Amino acid sequence: MDFTEDQILRYSRHILLPEVGGFGQEKLLNARVVLVGAGGLGSVVGYYLAAAGVGTIGVVDDDRVEISNLQRQIAHNEKRIGMYKADSAKETYQTLNHDVTVIPYKERLTARNIKDIFKNYDIVVDGSDNFPTRYLINDACVMLHKPLVSAAVFRFEGQVMTIFPGDGPCYRCLFDHPPPPGMVPSCQEAGILGAVPGIIGTIQATEVIKTILGIGHPLKGSLLLLNALDMSFRKINVPRNRDCLLCGDHPTIKELIDLDQTCSLNS
Amino acid sequence: MTDDIKIDVRLNIKGQVCPYTFVRSKLAMEKMKLGEVLEIITDHRPALENIPRSMEHEGQKVLTIEQTAEKEWRIFVRKDREHKIH
Repeated sequence: MDFTEDQILRYSRHILLPEVGGFGQEKLLNARVVLVGAGGLGSVVGYYLAAAGVGTIGVVDDDRVEISNLQRQIAHNEKRIGMYKADSAKETYQTLNHDVTVIPYKERLTARNIKDIFKNYDIVVDGSDNFPTRYLINDACVMLHKPLVSAAVFRFEGQVMTIFPGDGPCYRCLFDHPPPPGMVPSCQEAGILGAVPGIIGTIQATEVIKTILGIGHPLKGSLLLLNALDMSFRKINVPRNRDCLLCGDHPTIKELIDLDQTCSLNS
Repeated sequence: MTDDIKIDVRLNIKGQVCPYTFVRSKLAMEKMKLGEVLEIITDHRPALENIPRSMEHEGQKVLTIEQTAEKEWRIFVRKDREHKIH
């Protein structure tokens, strides 16, 4: 493609890399990535994807910005309080890079709308904050054969895994069912160090960019764990589970269902 | 010496400084076919080291460098490697 003068300058540090070059930058500009959640993780992933020139970024979030978000959700700011997070993220990312089109979805992801949204994208990023959504995203990605960069954060800890349906494990290969509602505390209850989703989100963004470019080795079949208090990373090999209810040899989950969204705060 | 070199693409990047000298040379190279020769015209002295080093790092063949005026040099590079990723 012919880059504009601005694009040559903006993406020069990518173009210099032998693994990226002008060809790779063109792939990024043509890529379509959807972020579930514009919170602690999604904010960061979207920021780096927008900076990298990922051409189309979908942002699914039905929440509005609150002041308690600003300790970690860097896509938003004080002026956006009360605004939909998806709209706030769109403004932030498009102000950073006008090459990028951000499509906001101000709705909650459900078994009914998830496939219609995901089918328009090449890669899905999980930045959700609850187990029902995490499992719904995993199940939809396996059914649609979409690569998924899954992650979670909690207090000082984080984890990342990249899922390529049909090639390596899915999230259910690891944990076949979500924990019962209320058993695991959420960030609202347990707290989160604001910089931790920054680290994990940046790793997710790197996984997305590598997947678009087809370079390096993604976190396929391995779960990366961070303990920020020790600042230690561990990588655990996760094989595909042949008995996986979803992607195993004899799957029993064949359709999407909305799991119980009960929050332990309300129970 | 450069009389026997058949030039396929000529790129005038006078006025450009590093790293854009190499960035623009690399983008021009990406559009060329294997075996074709790029002539890069520059007035930026550091590019005489930087462009050849980076081109060789990417597997391309630097044929020769020629001074054509007090502040004008020509770098001839043959495309030996295709970097297109699939």
